[in-house]
Amino acid sequence: MGRIQLKQVQKKFGEVEVIPPLDLTIEDGEFTVFVGPSGCGKSTLLRLIAGLEDTSAGNIEIDGADATDLPPAKRGLAMVFQSYALYPHMSVRKNIAFPMKMAKMPEDEQNRRIESAAKALNLTDYLDRKPGQLSGGQRQRVAIGRAIVREPAAFLFDEPLSNLDAALRVGMRMEIGELHKKLETTMIYVTHDQVEAMTMADKIVVLQAGVIEQVGTPLELYRAPRNKFVAGFIGSPKMNLIEGSEAAKHDAHTIGIRPEHIDVSTTEGQWQGTVGVSEHLGSDTFIHIHGVPGCDPMTVRTVGDIAVKHGDTVFLTPNPALIHKFGADGLRLI
Amino acid sequence: MARAVTNKTKVWNTVTSGTLGFLMFFPILWILVLSFKTEEDAIRAPLEVLFASDWTMDSFAAVQARSDYFKHFMNSVIISVGSTLVGLLIAIPAAWAMAFVPAKRTKDVLMWMLSTKMLPPVGVLIPIYLIFRDLGILDSRIGLTFVLMMINLPIIIWMLYTYFKEIPGEILEAARMDGASLREEVIYVLTPMAIPGMASTVLLCIILAWNEAFWTLNLTAANAAPLTAFIASYSSPEGLFYAKLSAASIMAIAPILIMGWFSQKQLVRGLTFGAVK
Repeated sequence: MGRIQLKQVQKKFGEVEVIPPLDLTIEDGEFTVFVGPSGCGKSTLLRLIAGLEDTSAGNIEIDGADATDLPPAKRGLAMVFQSYALYPHMSVRKNIAFPMKMAKMPEDEQNRRIESAAKALNLTDYLDRKPGQLSGGQRQRVAIGRAIVREPAAFLFDEPLSNLDAALRVGMRMEIGELHKKLETTMIYVTHDQVEAMTMADKIVVLQAGVIEQVGTPLELYRAPRNKFVAGFIGSPKMNLIEGSEAAKHDAHTIGIRPEHIDVSTTEGQWQGTVGVSEHLGSDTFIHIHGVPGCDPMTVRTVGDIAVKHGDTVFLTPNPALIHKFGADGLRLI
Repeated sequence: MARAVTNKTKVWNTVTSGTLGFLMFFPILWILVLSFKTEEDAIRAPLEVLFASDWTMDSFAAVQARSDYFKHFMNSVIISVGSTLVGLLIAIPAAWAMAFVPAKRTKDVLMWMLSTKMLPPVGVLIPIYLIFRDLGILDSRIGLTFVLMMINLPIIIWMLYTYFKEIPGEILEAARMDGASLREEVIYVLTPMAIPGMASTVLLCIILAWNEAFWTLNLTAANAAPLTAFIASYSSPEGLFYAKLSAASIMAIAPILIMGWFSQKQLVRGLTFGAVK
């Protein structure tokens, strides 16, 4: 079990309020991702749940029981840190065994769990090595192994992949996803990378300045962002936000259109612009187009082998069904 | 571009540093030479001492016969090791608190502790002497261990504080998440990670306590007298006995010199720890 409920949880550092009172429920077995720009309070929120920071007000309940004043060790949660936080003087085996040793678990049970975790994480050959002799990906797996063996109520991940290179990150993303499917344990994952959030989450919590901007599944957030901030944050490349007369035509203060929802033509279209920088990814091309009123540059996502070059004039037509409308207060209209 | 070093500069550097090194080591070398001479030979002109006199172990035998070297040696060991270990017991929690849960005035407390090292010890000699007399711990190993521990405590705390600061807080948080109590966190995670730093702290403090002569001479007479008092006893109102004094000095400094020699790598590493990232 691992249902976590935050009720009016608030965090202040001295006089500075980093998290205004906030409510959030994470259901048992859910993969929840906290995402937001740096300094938005997502790590602080995770540390409050872990018990590494004290709340200034409000309650944290784990499986219905009040855990607000419990020390981290008593909350039944396991955490994987950004820096892996392995014990450098212990072998991989001892690192993984540490939480069980602290729980005074019988040695044969410890060994059984170590072997099974090592097998699941491909660490069997490295059990006698020290963390310093492992690669970044292996270290991260040891950190995950150390979390698994406790069979916690929930796993907390604090930007666990940001120290890995891009290729390894994709691999580890899959592994963590697989792990979640297998264990069916609640996982809370903090990241600033919206791609990680979109690909891994059952539920995304978008945070800005300690405030929850929106909670929803990845596709809900993509299809119906509640405000301009979420609209701009979720999706890559970013949604184009257009103000002024073009927006007024749709009775909105701002309209948003995703780069993949714009057709490019060299002959005709709704807006005219000049091609700026093109990013060729092979499968797709991102073209930055200048001169569209109310949005400069406008980013368009199109097919990989499009034949336009810097300085060409192109015409753009947005898909009218996929235009997002926002009011002057930044909130979604309709 | 690296600075070019000519051969001439290299030779000049070698000669200068060699000469300086020799000059600094010379007093100890001369004591070593004198300790192998008779009293009559020891006061002759330097060249005669070196080339026109016999070498003998008589002074060592005489020193051992007159005063019990091993008793003083054991006192030195007990006082220096004891004061360092007791100091560590107090300093580890203190340094932990200052490094990981600093308060507003932590830096001030650290500076204040260091400032006690700037006070001339003689300024507190009389009060401490009287306190020791009233407590009945004059000339006792316990009293001396205590006073040396107090003297070295600021250094131990400062050094440990520096080493603890180098340990990433996330590792200690991980231990907390893994269910370690504060005691277990310190024993299983913090201390093993700080062992290189602690080793050099221990070495330095043993050396400092071993060589400490002000308090050991003023607060002891016979029972608890360590090797410093043993050397001093050879400078008497009847005159200086150079050969015996030298032999006593060599016997007193040899253990710590040998220990320092074997542990110099550890000491240098510990003292420069954290200086270069």
